[in-house]
Amino acid sequence: MKTYQKMLMIVAALSLGLLFMYPMWMIQLQAPQYPEGLELHIWVNKLGGSTEGVLQNFNILNHYIGMEPIHADSFAELRFMPYIVVAFMVTGVLVALIGKRKLVLAWTVLLMLSGAAGILDFYLWLVKFGTNLDPMAAIKVPGMTYIPPLLGSKTMLNFDALSLPALGSLGIFLAITFSGLVYFFSLKDQVSKPIIKQKEVLVS
Amino acid sequence: MTNLSKTNIYTNHIFMETLINKFRKVAPKAALVMAVAAGAALQGCSNSEGGNKGATAEGVAADAATAVYVAPGKHDELYSFLSGGFNGQVSVYGLPSGRLLKIIPVFTQHGENGYGYSEESKAMLQTSHGFVPWDDLHHPKLSRTDGQTDGRWLFVNGNNTPRVARIDLKTFETVEIMELPNSAGNHCSPYPTNNNEYVIAGTRFSVPLDMKGGTKDVSLDKYEEEFRGSISFIKVDPEHGDMDLDFQILVPGFDYDLANGGKGPSEDWVFFTTYNSEKAGTLKEVGASQNDKDYLAAVNWKLAAKYAKEGKAREMPANYYHNKMDENSHIAKSTVKKKVRYLLPEECPGMMYLLPAPKSPHGIDVDPSGEFMVVSGKLASAIPVFSFSKMQDAIKNKKFDGEKNGIPVLQYEAVLKGEVKEPGLGPLHTEFDGKGNAYTSMFVSSEIVKWKLNELQVVDRMPVYYSVGHLMIPGGDTKQPHGKYLVAMNKITKDRYLPTGPELAHSAQLIDISGEKMKMLLDFPTVAEPHYAQAIIASKVAPNSKKFYKLDENSHPHAVKKEADVSVTRESKNRVRVKMTAIRSHMTPDNIEGIQEGDTVYFHVTNLEQDWDVPHGFAVMGANNAETLIMPGATQTLKWIPKKAGVYPFYCTDFCSALHQEMQGYIRVSPKGSNVPISFSTGKKKQNIPGVASTK
Repeated sequence: MKTYQKMLMIVAALSLGLLFMYPMWMIQLQAPQYPEGLELHIWVNKLGGSTEGVLQNFNILNHYIGMEPIHADSFAELRFMPYIVVAFMVTGVLVALIGKRKLVLAWTVLLMLSGAAGILDFYLWLVKFGTNLDPMAAIKVPGMTYIPPLLGSKTMLNFDALSLPALGSLGIFLAITFSGLVYFFSLKDQVSKPIIKQKEVLVS
Repeated sequence: MTNLSKTNIYTNHIFMETLINKFRKVAPKAALVMAVAAGAALQGCSNSEGGNKGATAEGVAADAATAVYVAPGKHDELYSFLSGGFNGQVSVYGLPSGRLLKIIPVFTQHGENGYGYSEESKAMLQTSHGFVPWDDLHHPKLSRTDGQTDGRWLFVNGNNTPRVARIDLKTFETVEIMELPNSAGNHCSPYPTNNNEYVIAGTRFSVPLDMKGGTKDVSLDKYEEEFRGSISFIKVDPEHGDMDLDFQILVPGFDYDLANGGKGPSEDWVFFTTYNSEKAGTLKEVGASQNDKDYLAAVNWKLAAKYAKEGKAREMPANYYHNKMDENSHIAKSTVKKKVRYLLPEECPGMMYLLPAPKSPHGIDVDPSGEFMVVSGKLASAIPVFSFSKMQDAIKNKKFDGEKNGIPVLQYEAVLKGEVKEPGLGPLHTEFDGKGNAYTSMFVSSEIVKWKLNELQVVDRMPVYYSVGHLMIPGGDTKQPHGKYLVAMNKITKDRYLPTGPELAHSAQLIDISGEKMKMLLDFPTVAEPHYAQAIIASKVAPNSKKFYKLDENSHPHAVKKEADVSVTRESKNRVRVKMTAIRSHMTPDNIEGIQEGDTVYFHVTNLEQDWDVPHGFAVMGANNAETLIMPGATQTLKWIPKKAGVYPFYCTDFCSALHQEMQGYIRVSPKGSNVPISFSTGKKKQNIPGVASTK
């Protein structure tokens, strides 16, 4: 692997650091009496929001329909995910230093799988919260579930929910893109020679 | 067809316009006649049709509706703060719409939110006379920075039991009340200097001082020898606004009516109108109206502060209350002050002068440049305008006309710039637009008169309905007026609105003063009796407005920040403390047992909400005080003494949520000595209790 590719691989590994600086995902609720909106931010290691009290405000609204209160403590993911991210960052840098393109591929694929697993996990949580409703809830709308959208918007009673990846996810996206590019470029470097040989053979 | 009807409408429109214009030309004369006629008609019969017959069209701008229209969801350009007079409150209106935004209780108990009833706020109304839950609030004054309103605090006076209060404009709540010793009728109050160095308060009723902080038991015949007035100098903390009575000046026993601070060249000075220089102690209506001239008192506050600092001040024992609301616990605490420093003008040369002013002057207003002092003598036929530079010359050249109680009296002609001739009847107050114009309210002739400051010429008149007291231009008493609007505060309403029995709302009128001619824009009814008012561009206040209190910063000793921490404790034989929480849509606990007849129960309710506009109220059956309204993140306490056994409901009074009606609970009260143990709960065990209140 060439030096620039190693550098790019290091950048790929380090861009995961965005996950610690910005939330991964955000769910925004809008309603007539919430002109300023309510934003729940999902970080790799915590839950946050547009204001300090946002989680409490989500829970207050959700309790009328019998949704379980959301607490950071309920998600084991928030405890172990940071370690996974750090592990990816460290191994990414190691892969860059070792400079083996197969390792780059393996790292990239693993990261993609982890990302997909993360999104799936997130979706399962949304389904769990949206469907596991207390039968004693004050507001019961027959047949209604409250699964927030994974991506995009959805109207639930008086609320418009909008779910979007946030800047932290860009870190994963960049890491996959960069490491993919590294693999692609190094592949070209390696493959280009045999092709020339083949051509030579053909020509001769 | 469509085109034709359009043309018709258009022609009609033009025709109407012409008619309106014609009408407007005749209207002033017609209106005067009609005003007189309406007045006469009112004496004779009840005008039950309302104001439609009255003189309404006078000066109303053709575009008045659009000029005051603030579309739904849009904000007003200005906040205005109107005193409530005898309701002891301040009302906040948006301008130009005239929409009422809030009523701020200051000197008066307010059952609506528990102010003055809750255990936390009771101390705000403590005085050396005990608990005084009412006062007469006349003059709001906004805090200043560099001679301009800065939107931080509003100072107001309590006239009856002399007090000065401070309202914090982050919360629009009264946060401090200070009683003033050696004062009676704190009318001439409160006047902040250009950087709030001092808030100055003069006494309207002179009293015989016993020099121990009280009044003497003397014969009322001894007015002339024994009675004195006082001017208090209250220091204001530049950062937090906390007040402190620095010193007083004991002045001759006149009535000190109103005051106004200098600006620019005159910024070291503050001016006071006085009446009753005759020192009449009875039937003042006549007795105080004998002298042809009373005085405008000029006090150099900077020199006074210097004298006080340099040891000229004496000290006397005193006894007055200083009440402050803590920002984080929302608990008011009273401190009793036991002494006060004072200066005597006769011992402090150069500190105080008297300027002769025509008969019983009322308003004193210093123009934005600080050069002109306008004195409105309610009984005078002209408005004298004094010149600050001439006053300085007169002092320098000792152009004195004798002295009064050791205070030099300056010669009238030596300090006078000139008089505004035939301004109208009963001039009371003057404000300025910053463009060289002054506007004076005329109580008797019910009009606002616009005149040129330099030329002293009347240039415009606008009738107002009826008997205007104060007038207010936003910033019109500061270095930089916002000369777009003028608010006239009228004492008499009569036919202006639908009748509401013998007691009618007082009325304010909004006038456009941006052009050469004044234009009437709007009437709006006001709460109780506004005397003076202040207004400020909304952008100086709105961005700092608090949305809720942070639960983490709540330092109330009985606050509970989690539902798990609520408690009901019998602290002594007859005292039970309930530490409870409120959050949409339940209170914890909402079932309480083990209370006994005659117990004193303290409900400490913490509102766990951390969101904007979610107060919860708390009321319990049979409470002898009021409800209490608890802002998000705050704790408030209601005292309750059940008198007989039974079950008492309590509930949330502020419609907080879809299940607000369900936000209620019960307290069981058992006979004295009963063996029902204290117990409390919310929901049955299996039930999921939502709404967990930690923000961490």
